[in-house]
Amino acid sequence: MSKSDPTKPKRLAIIASKGTLDWAYPPFILGSTAAAMGWEVGIFFTFFGLSLLKPKIKASVTPLGNPAMPMKMPFGPKWFQNIVWPIPVFMMSIPGFQALATTLMKMTFKKSNVATVEEMRDVCIQFGARLIGCQMTMDVFGFKREDFIPSAEIGGAAAFLEYAGDADVTLYV
Amino acid sequence: MSDKSKTVLDLKGLLCPMPVVKISLAMKTIPVGAIIEATASDPGVVADIPAWARSSGNELVSLDKVADREFRFVVKRLK
Repeated sequence: MSKSDPTKPKRLAIIASKGTLDWAYPPFILGSTAAAMGWEVGIFFTFFGLSLLKPKIKASVTPLGNPAMPMKMPFGPKWFQNIVWPIPVFMMSIPGFQALATTLMKMTFKKSNVATVEEMRDVCIQFGARLIGCQMTMDVFGFKREDFIPSAEIGGAAAFLEYAGDADVTLYV
Repeated sequence: MSDKSKTVLDLKGLLCPMPVVKISLAMKTIPVGAIIEATASDPGVVADIPAWARSSGNELVSLDKVADREFRFVVKRLK
């Protein structure tokens, strides 16, 4: 397992700490790509990232507190789709706005033919990536093992660090 | 090379990371020495397929832009 062993595959270790739709993609995109390149992949899900281990991922996204997120319409003529709607911040707190923003974002992804988060996760699993749920935050937020997909492992900080200690690339998402 | 050892893969419409993922999955289904000829519409393949080939230890035989948003590449399984 030494670094000098040229036959040893590269290793990617990611901490996924966020559960919103925009942050749900990067760990699975990078994880599935690295696995496709023959790398070992481990993703450690902690805090709000834990919800990405649920069988059905219900991730939302909103421009509230996320000011770089453009509000665009994924339908209609091109000129219409190019408009970035200047939504006042106070309107973003109206009930239903977050659901609307999430629906529009999902439509945008679908229209571009981007795979869903769950599809990306399935690819990671298919390639043998390790998906590790954080035991401590599971206890804090009341998650049980049964709440997660069967292929998820459970571990703690030491388990992640041991894995990441031999990684070539380590990312905190 | 006979056509029997060539697999044709249509990756048009797929975006990152799916072309790389699909190529990698298809690679596992063919014998060492066989080739895959793929067509993709994602301009990202120009950078990503060579990177994938180098990292995964397979050979990129060719990669060409044949039209606007149409790329054809050939990869060979080496291991």
